[in-house]
Amino acid sequence: MTMAPESPTPVADPTTRSPGSRFKLDADGLVDVQVKIKRYNPDVETKPHWETYTVKCEPTDRVLDALHKVKWDIDGTLTFRRSCAHGVCGSDAMVINGANGLACVMLIQDVGPKITVEAIRGLPVIKDLLVDMEPFFAQYRSVLPYLISTKDPGYKERPQSAEERERYDDTTKCILCAACTTSCPVYWGNDEYVGPAAIVNAHRFIFDSRDEAREQRLDILSKRSGVFKCRTAFSCSEACPRGIKITHAIGEVKREILSQQV
Amino acid sequence: MNVHYHRYDAVIVGAGGAGLRAAIETVGKCRTAVLTKLYPTRSHTGAAQGGMCAALANVEEDSAEWHTFDTVKGGDYLVDQDAAQIMCREAIDAVIELEHFGLPFNRTPEGRIDQRRFGGHTRNHGEGPVRRSCFAADRTGHMILQTLYQQCVARDVNFFNEYHVMDVEFVDDPQSPAGRRVSSVVAYELATGDLHVFATKAVLFATGGFGKVFKVSSNAHTLTGDGPSLLYRRGVPLEDMEFFQFHPTGIYKLGILLSEAARGEGGILRNAANERFMERIAPTVKDLAPRDLVSRAILTEVREGRGIGPAKDYVHLDLTHLPPEQIDAKLPDITDFVRTYLGIEPKTSMIPIQPTAHYAMGGIPTNIEGEVIVDDQNTVLPGLYAAGECACVSVHGANRLGTNSLLDIVVFGKRGGRAMAEYVQGVDWAGDGNGAEADAVAGIERVKSSTGSQKVSQIRGELQEEMMDKASVFRTEETLASVAATIEDLQERYAHITVDDKGPTYNYDVVEALELGNLIDLSEAVVVGARARTESRGAHFRDDFPERNDAEWMQHTLVTRNESGKVSLSYKPVVGGPYQPMERRY
Repeated sequence: MTMAPESPTPVADPTTRSPGSRFKLDADGLVDVQVKIKRYNPDVETKPHWETYTVKCEPTDRVLDALHKVKWDIDGTLTFRRSCAHGVCGSDAMVINGANGLACVMLIQDVGPKITVEAIRGLPVIKDLLVDMEPFFAQYRSVLPYLISTKDPGYKERPQSAEERERYDDTTKCILCAACTTSCPVYWGNDEYVGPAAIVNAHRFIFDSRDEAREQRLDILSKRSGVFKCRTAFSCSEACPRGIKITHAIGEVKREILSQQV
Repeated sequence: MNVHYHRYDAVIVGAGGAGLRAAIETVGKCRTAVLTKLYPTRSHTGAAQGGMCAALANVEEDSAEWHTFDTVKGGDYLVDQDAAQIMCREAIDAVIELEHFGLPFNRTPEGRIDQRRFGGHTRNHGEGPVRRSCFAADRTGHMILQTLYQQCVARDVNFFNEYHVMDVEFVDDPQSPAGRRVSSVVAYELATGDLHVFATKAVLFATGGFGKVFKVSSNAHTLTGDGPSLLYRRGVPLEDMEFFQFHPTGIYKLGILLSEAARGEGGILRNAANERFMERIAPTVKDLAPRDLVSRAILTEVREGRGIGPAKDYVHLDLTHLPPEQIDAKLPDITDFVRTYLGIEPKTSMIPIQPTAHYAMGGIPTNIEGEVIVDDQNTVLPGLYAAGECACVSVHGANRLGTNSLLDIVVFGKRGGRAMAEYVQGVDWAGDGNGAEADAVAGIERVKSSTGSQKVSQIRGELQEEMMDKASVFRTEETLASVAATIEDLQERYAHITVDDKGPTYNYDVVEALELGNLIDLSEAVVVGARARTESRGAHFRDDFPERNDAEWMQHTLVTRNESGKVSLSYKPVVGGPYQPMERRY
């Protein structure tokens, strides 16, 4: 039996994590959470209304868990998308206490025992928290979001230095959740603007040393619907659940276009 | 209920890595429809973290033959060796192709694709760990999914997003060796509640796993085995369902995956005494032993009182000795998960982990071309294909090696897509699909109109709890008999479920009810196979039969349900090859 030479660090026990003073825990360690949801069901009503539910949660539960408790225990008609439940599939972007985020990465103890939830803005609401994603994906497709290379690399990998790879690393993290685009005040007012997510996905190829369609993409993004609609509000960067420096990426694309025009 | 009719040469169900790779292969050869109940980029391929192994030998000596050996041994010799050889050979082409598609692999200082260590992958037949896994930080699956989707966008692939598959229709065909062939696929459009019948010559299922049969799982809520379960109800056998992988390092209670890459980068498992217990279990590769061994080792520590926490029910993953810059560069996502969900800093604190239900080795039986086979004679059912986690080729045998799932989806997705595109060019239509929707209509109407008292969430919770307690890492006849009785009871109660939402628009209440039916049926297949297999092999461990028994059990399980609901078992031999079964020491 081999023992570690010394105990490296104090043991962190997740069950002792402090939820803060806003929470009154019951004997089971649960807290009453009020979830106020903007409801809309096109099958039975013509305009949205607010509905408030109370569910018992652990402070470390996700907002998604609270929504599931409402759906599973109180009202099965509550409708929202979700899949992976840990922030990688991008299904459950919504407005939580006024800010865009993924319901599966926001914990009750961080957002508080009173939660207000509504659908992301700027895309048509279809039912409850679920919006029509088609306009968003159409804008994504408009920037040629795929590697374009006409050179035959032969039966071998193309070399790319670690520095060249790093150049576009940040924007490869995008999960197309739309949290950024639907937090953008410019996008709310002008749905022809391609929006931050599409620019992020263009950036990912514009700065990839293997790609050959950089001019085409810059041309697309220099149009009226493109990057110069951005007013640098930084809402997108704040909303991104993947921590992508979106405003910075948009700035880089702007500079590329300007330097080409000189 | 509105019904729409379509006609496509080929239909692919599922748009994760396997479905997307298959779709790319059919472009320009036939008209293909790709159905997914999500959006393609939401598929669970995107959650895969660590990498994709291929013997590129970019950073140290390696060979496809070594990779094959590791795969066969890792699978506890239940692997079909012809399939494993193909996968490990074609792995190299697959990585190069993904690079050409634009995948941003991490690079070596020389600009070549970087590689790292992974569990069970060794140099020269077990001498020590080898750097074989190609990766993009700890989001390799995300990059594979994105890259394949991008290539589908470039090729203008026909997607039907948010279509939930309901049924597949076969027609009798005297020329088919199986007596029937595929004629249509039925799907439920979530946006409208309408049904769609796709008359087709062939369908490829790529619907992923069904880890949601267990309570603690790394799987998405939507991984409910829709493909295998509907085929099971249509009399197609399922193979090796008793082999379900528990990944050693799930976040405590939540089951969220922390990649094996954490140990590939040097992470260590420790018990309550701070002991590196894997040194006792696997002296050569230690923490990088295959997942079945590590998961059992962790739960053995817990069983013997060396677990951590108030309930002594977890152990620690220790990354605190790794350079912080290495953690940031190579493991950014998983360390963020730890910060988000546990509120601890993995650079300075150890991480509470427990095994989490992760991957189905079993599934729809196929040959190496992705054609579905329907009996122990390897009889092909024409027009029916499967690839990826929902399929069983079998390249994973009784226990899959880390990274081999991403490899499986691209290699066999491509092979299945190619075989299907060739097949449809040589056959006529098998019908127009008229009336194929009848059972699906009845199923949805039954769920909506039921006035029973049973709630979907209640039944699902009981199923997951029972499967976790009694049919997971350790099993006995007693526990399995108990869970079998529970499943029978739940099947009875499932007939009386009720839903709140009766409307047509995005009715996830109905979808969850349908998914629950799938989970219950697949649990039945898992448990029937597990009770019969009176040995321990790979991920299937019986406390009452703790030894592997090659004389009686070197064979694949086929579990078949007939029209009257009777379940039967048959077995087919494992395809042998150069590697003879030996004791698995690491």
